[in-house]
This record gives sequence, C-alpha cells and structure tokens, in this order.
Amino acid sequence: MSVNLLDARGTPLDQQRFTWRDLVQDPISKLDDDAFTRVRIILANGLEQQANRFQHMCSQMNKELREPLAMIRRVEHHQQTMINWLLSSDHSPIETTIGYEQVAIEVTAAIAQQEPDPYLAQVYRFGLLEDFDHMYRYSALLDRVEGKDANNILQSYTDIVPGRPTVDEHRHPTDDLRDHYDRKTAAPVSKMNALTIMSGEYQTRDYYMNIGPTFSDPVARQLYAEIASIEEQHVTQYGSIIDPDETMLEKWLLYEANEAYNYYSLLESETNPRIKAIWERFLEYELGHLDVVKNLFKKYERRDPAEILPEALPTPIPFESQRDFVRKTLEEEINLRANGTQFVDKSEESKASLDYRNHINSEGSPSEAVSAGYQWAPGTELARKSS
Amino acid sequence: MEKSTQLGMNRTGADMSPIHSKAMLKGQSLFKVGPIDSTGMAAIRSSYVQLKEPVGSVPLPGTFKGVLTSGKEKMTGHNPEVLINKLGERLAFERSGVRLYDALIMKIEADKADEGKDIVSINLLKQFREEEYEHFLMVKEVMESVGADPTAQTPDADVAGLAALGIQKVMTEPRTSLSQCLEALLTAEMTDNGAWELLVELCEEMGLDDTSAEFRRALAQEEKHLEQIKSWVRQLTMGQAEKAL
Repeated sequence: MSVNLLDARGTPLDQQRFTWRDLVQDPISKLDDDAFTRVRIILANGLEQQANRFQHMCSQMNKELREPLAMIRRVEHHQQTMINWLLSSDHSPIETTIGYEQVAIEVTAAIAQQEPDPYLAQVYRFGLLEDFDHMYRYSALLDRVEGKDANNILQSYTDIVPGRPTVDEHRHPTDDLRDHYDRKTAAPVSKMNALTIMSGEYQTRDYYMNIGPTFSDPVARQLYAEIASIEEQHVTQYGSIIDPDETMLEKWLLYEANEAYNYYSLLESETNPRIKAIWERFLEYELGHLDVVKNLFKKYERRDPAEILPEALPTPIPFESQRDFVRKTLEEEINLRANGTQFVDKSEESKASLDYRNHINSEGSPSEAVSAGYQWAPGTELARKSS
Repeated sequence: MEKSTQLGMNRTGADMSPIHSKAMLKGQSLFKVGPIDSTGMAAIRSSYVQLKEPVGSVPLPGTFKGVLTSGKEKMTGHNPEVLINKLGERLAFERSGVRLYDALIMKIEADKADEGKDIVSINLLKQFREEEYEHFLMVKEVMESVGADPTAQTPDADVAGLAALGIQKVMTEPRTSLSQCLEALLTAEMTDNGAWELLVELCEEMGLDDTSAEFRRALAQEEKHLEQIKSWVRQLTMGQAEKAL
C-alpha cells in the first residue's frame, strides 16, 4: 500500500463522525492480544493527545485559524477517545505504565535507527537508555507492590535490566535543551520523528502526573513523582529539537502528515483485525485533515505544501523487539551525559546538573529504593528467591 | 462452558515466546545484582507512617440522643465515635452492596447465553438485593436516632469503599463471567458477615440492646447470602470442570 500525501484527499471532514457506542468499543484482551497491539494503541493515543494540545495552543495564538482548528480538533479528540478506551479495565495503573515504557523503548529504538540525522539519532539513543531504566524500576514496583510479573505485559519482547540509572538522570533544565533541526534542510522524516517521540513522551509525563497521586503506597507516589520529572525533562529535550522558526501552519501540516504516517505504520503491522480497521479508518481521517490544512497553507502562506511534505510516506515504523539494538546502545552509551546541548562522558557533566541532582536526591532516591537487589525472573522475584 | 475457562492464545507466560524468553533470560545472566533488599522501601514507607495522619475524622454528632441516651450508663467508658464510625461503614457498604447486586442482575438478564442461569436464581439475587437495601435503611435510621449524620462519609466507610473498589470493577466489567462475578461478590459477603458480627457485638457491649437485636436479624440474612453465593460458586466451578472432561 502506498500513500501520496500531496494528492490524497482522505475522508471529508464532515463525514468524520462518531456515536458514543462507536467511540467506546470492546477493549483489547490484556491476556491474549499481542503486546505490540497495546504498544500501538498507547502510541496512537499520545499522537492524538499532542495533536489536540498543539491545536489548542494555535487557537490561543491565531484568530483566523480558530474555526478550522476547532473542527479538526474535535475529531482528533474523539479519535483519541476511541483509541485510549481500547485499553481494558483489568490493566492496573502500574501494568499500563509498563506498557507506556515498552512504547518508549521499542518505538524510540526503532526511530533512532531510521533517523538520518546523526545528532538527532544520538538524542533518541540518549533518551532511550533512560526510559529503559524506568522499565526496570517500574517492574520492581509492580513486583514488590502488586506481586505481579511485568513480563505478563511485555511478553518477552523487552528486557528488564537497568539502563542509565534513573537517579543519575536528573539534570539542570538547561542541560535538557538540544540543538534543533533546520526546517530548510532537515529531511521530512526527521521532522516527523521528532513529533512522534515528543508526543509519546508528553503523554507519558501527563499519565504519570495523573495516576501518581492515585497510589496509596508512598514508595509508588515517590517513584511516579521522580520518573514524571524525567519525562518532563524528555519533553523539554524532544520539544527543543523542533525548529522554532517553522510557521504555525508549517507545523500543523507536519502534525497531520505525521499522524497519517503513524496510522500507516500501525496499519502495516497490526495483527488484530478489529484494531487494524480502526487504524485504516483513522489514516483516512488524517488524510482528510491534511487536505484541509494543505488548503489553509496555500491560502494564508501562498506556498506549496510540497515545500514541506514528502510525496510518499517514509518507510513504516517497525513494531517489533529492538532487543539487540538496545543492548548495543546500552553497552556503548550508558556513560553518556548531557552538558548543554552536547553529549559528554559522565566525568564532564555540568556543575549546574550535579548541584541540581545532589539536592533533589539528598533525602533519598525512590528509584534506587524500589529496586535494591531486584532482578527480573519469570514469575516475579519471589519465584527466583525460592529456586 | 463459561467463556472464562476456554483454552486459547494467552500470551502472558514466558513459555508462549520461547525464543524471546530465552534471549531475555540470557540478558539477565549478564547483569549482576546483590541480594534482594527492601530496606530502602521500608524506610520510605516508615517515614510517612510515622506522620500518623489519619484518612480523616468521624463527624461530630449534633447531639447524642435516643438509644445512646437511654443506654447512658453502659455507654460510660466507651467512645461513641467508634459506633458512629462503624455504623457509617455498614451504611456505606450496604448501599454499595445494592449496586453490586444491581450490576450482577443486569448482567445476567442481558447475557442470554450464559449457562450458569440454570444454577443461579435471579429471583434469589433480587431478594438479596432488597435485603441489602433494607439493611442500608435500617442503619440509616439507627444513625439518625443517635443524632449521627447518615449522609457523612466516616473514615471506616471510606476505607471499606477503597477495599471494595475491585469488586465493583469485576461486577461491571462486561467481559467477566457469572462465576467470576459471584466470586467477587463472595469476597464482599464474607467481609459483610464479619462486619455485622462485629457490629452486633459492639452494640451489645454499649448496651444498645434493641439495636443489636435488629442487627442480629440482618446478620442472619447476610449469613444466608454468604452460604448461597458460596454454594453457587462451587456448583458453577464443579459444573465447568465436569463438562471439560
């Protein structure tokens, strides 16, 4: 299947409608569906959430675009609803968290490998090793608080071992800023990758901020506070690789194209036919949104969307275990740290970050406490202990 | 057979992905870890437990009156707030219990295919629902008679509600089977039985003889609920096991 972004019209906006029954479909099975179906659902939810957020911000800064923004945004909102409601009620909040971190690891690793810009690829690998460590800490939490095995969610696709230690990930805000791509020279896929990963991290930050206070256990409350803070750092990092000189409509075009690219990728890899039909429907919806924005771009900027968009969509994002790449990255880059916009050895960290970290960790580290002596074993560490 | 006990493509176990699981275990062997250590977690929990802030307080009654006044002598040496807290808990539990039965009854009536209906009597479930409702009203009246506010949420009501959250989720989840729901209901009824026994004893201890007699009647009904639900769970499970042979 090929999609031509410049010619495709998609589903007309006035035909993009829902009913409550349509929005709230039967959820996936936590036990029987493939883990990558959940990964795709979580990623798509993050993309829709970010599309909605971006369009709200635009609306606050532009009077003329308010009406088309409101119309498209309502659909994006309902798309997000249908997608997010596919997660079944038997996922505990920590189990869903394991799913979120699986998205962060597997999707970031896939994108790091297809990213043509070496600096941006490094940015993704840097963030990857941090999310990888979160998986280890949250798996310990799930085991030690709920008595459950994180691998019931991961289905053996993703390793559970430490990455760059979460306790060392806390940096001064200025060490989370990165150099941005150049809107005039960057490949379209680089621009779209940035939106995909930033969207994923942003929803993760928001999810942890929402569920953190629902826990009774002070260890869980502290751990979510700690890792939400890193996710905030990651949103800062990934937000800063985007060129701030892109016009609002240029950005909007890229958002819509990226949503289409992602649905196309989800569609290509989905194994659950019912969910696949949703990705197919929403690819057409996004192409419909893109069509509206292409016309707005021509009207207000008097420019050709072909200046921004590629004709064909890039190779689909693969949804499969990236174990070997993650292990190699871990081996080679675990000691990297950030100093300003550059990546340096841990011996060269900025004083600002060291001071920040020393203070925030000065009354103890939840991520270290929750995982002291933790090693994943099939059936939880209690199974390991008795063997 | 109920849909909860079908064989299928459950992917959660390590055995379902032998190649990936082997690779995952190999990764573990490269990573050295010390002994399991929960001291850090204990230290965090302890630092909060030591603050000793309760979830909240028992609401102040306007005035103690009615039964509490008539049993004044025996009330001496007892804290009436304990009774109010427990009455509030029972009221909330019985009220939520009505909703649990409502959810189950609706589910059974909606599911035409469920084989369990030849074992589980919907009329009996409706009767139990009515009894839960009567118990709620009974506790409400007792609270009003002692000057306590039955609309307030007492600390034990709040915490009992927290403990029962999962039961409500099981009952209203469309994908759960009749036996899964009944097993969740069994948890509620077992807790309820223990709680009524305690409430009867507390009222007796406080000299509230009329109230404790009323509560005894509720306890007797709750014992029947428990016995019946336990029996249904047993019959459904054994029935499924037989058919599977």
